[in-house]
Amino acid sequence: MKPPPFSYHDPRTIGDAVALLGRLENAKLLAGGQSLMPMLNMRFVLPDHIIDLNRVEGLSFIRESNGALEIGAMTRQRELEFSDLVRQRCPLMHEAILQVGHRQTRNRGTLGGSLCHLDPSAELVSVAAALDATVIAQGPNGTREVAIDAFPVAYMTPAIEPNEIVTMVRFPLWPQPHGHGFVEFARRHGDFAIVSAAALLIEDGAGKITRASVTLGGMGAAPIRASAVEQALVGNRPDDKLLRDICETCRAFDAVDDIHAPASYRQQLATVMSRRALEQARARLPSMAH
Amino acid sequence: MGETRKIAVTVNGSRHEAEVEVRLTLADFLRHTLGLTGTHLGCEHGVCGACTILLDGLTARSCLTLAVQADGCSITTVEGLAPGPDKLNPLQEAFRDNHGLQCGFCTPGMLITLTEFLRDNPNPTEQEVRIAISGNLCRCTGYQGIVAAALDAAKRLQGQAQQPA
Repeated sequence: MKPPPFSYHDPRTIGDAVALLGRLENAKLLAGGQSLMPMLNMRFVLPDHIIDLNRVEGLSFIRESNGALEIGAMTRQRELEFSDLVRQRCPLMHEAILQVGHRQTRNRGTLGGSLCHLDPSAELVSVAAALDATVIAQGPNGTREVAIDAFPVAYMTPAIEPNEIVTMVRFPLWPQPHGHGFVEFARRHGDFAIVSAAALLIEDGAGKITRASVTLGGMGAAPIRASAVEQALVGNRPDDKLLRDICETCRAFDAVDDIHAPASYRQQLATVMSRRALEQARARLPSMAH
Repeated sequence: MGETRKIAVTVNGSRHEAEVEVRLTLADFLRHTLGLTGTHLGCEHGVCGACTILLDGLTARSCLTLAVQADGCSITTVEGLAPGPDKLNPLQEAFRDNHGLQCGFCTPGMLITLTEFLRDNPNPTEQEVRIAISGNLCRCTGYQGIVAAALDAAKRLQGQAQQPA
């Protein structure tokens, strides 16, 4: 269980990193290393070159700009966890980040690494889908934006070219106040979720939903936006019966069969987790505050 | 030997310079190059937590970190916790007094994880302790003694902080 031999590069600028990536054959980018390092140790990947992004300047930041949170790709998950800006402006991400791995892995793991590794049940990918995020990548010809719904192209394969590096992710913010919920089902705390759900709700003065976002993770290669559930919520009061009825429709989504769970089990979880996430979001709406 | 690089790290307060293979993990550097075998290797893929060390004050899996990445960093391993060769620190004493270990394999990782945790959260609940150590596997104790030790250590450390200098 040792990494295979490789050449190691630790560029200091994004330009140098892009240049190396374009020049070297069979190179892998090393971000926080919480997924790539196990894959190297287990020799699931055999790169000739490792390009370590940890010493590249300017890839770690969290800032608010034009109604969105802009977060650098090398921002550690720990920094998301302890950011007041994230907690206040994007509480869904705060809720989700607490379920990403463990303290020791969040200290190293990064936002960009998590997105590009694209594990089917990665919490940060689900948050990006829930918020209609945009991924910004830099290549030899400049930067390019990829909408999150076009970001996953296949199992664990993002729409990032071999000569591109993700530099930033833009998460459009929901106006305050809004309700948020993030729940997942895993057999042990910190394990990969079998199914997760993220929910966001906004209500009008009469307690009717004006905007909703419902996302399921772990069902397939990429998170699913339950748009029929979202549409069924808008214009209605989110009472127990409505939530139960509309979340039941999540059973119709395709789901994968694997050693952790059969598809039917995931579909059952989809109905339950979407409802729980919506219940959590509903409880955080202003009209439910008392 | 493959490609190598010269690195300089501070481990438990002592500076070390070495020429290391770039693919060498920090865990193997600590254990094999420096002979600090207190850092244990269980799974070598980031699941068991036995190899947890403090890297510039924050816990990290040393099996998921390359030695070259630690160049210029300050590292604390389990060997760096006790105040002297015949003395334990309050957390280690609490482990001894509460049966916080049996075979001892997970103990270095538990101690380092709890060192960071109790520093950031000096008065934790039992639930918070359980979440804090959820990335460290123990196959002997059923965690009861470890949780008790962590809560006991929190009390001891708070008592120590309140004593007049």
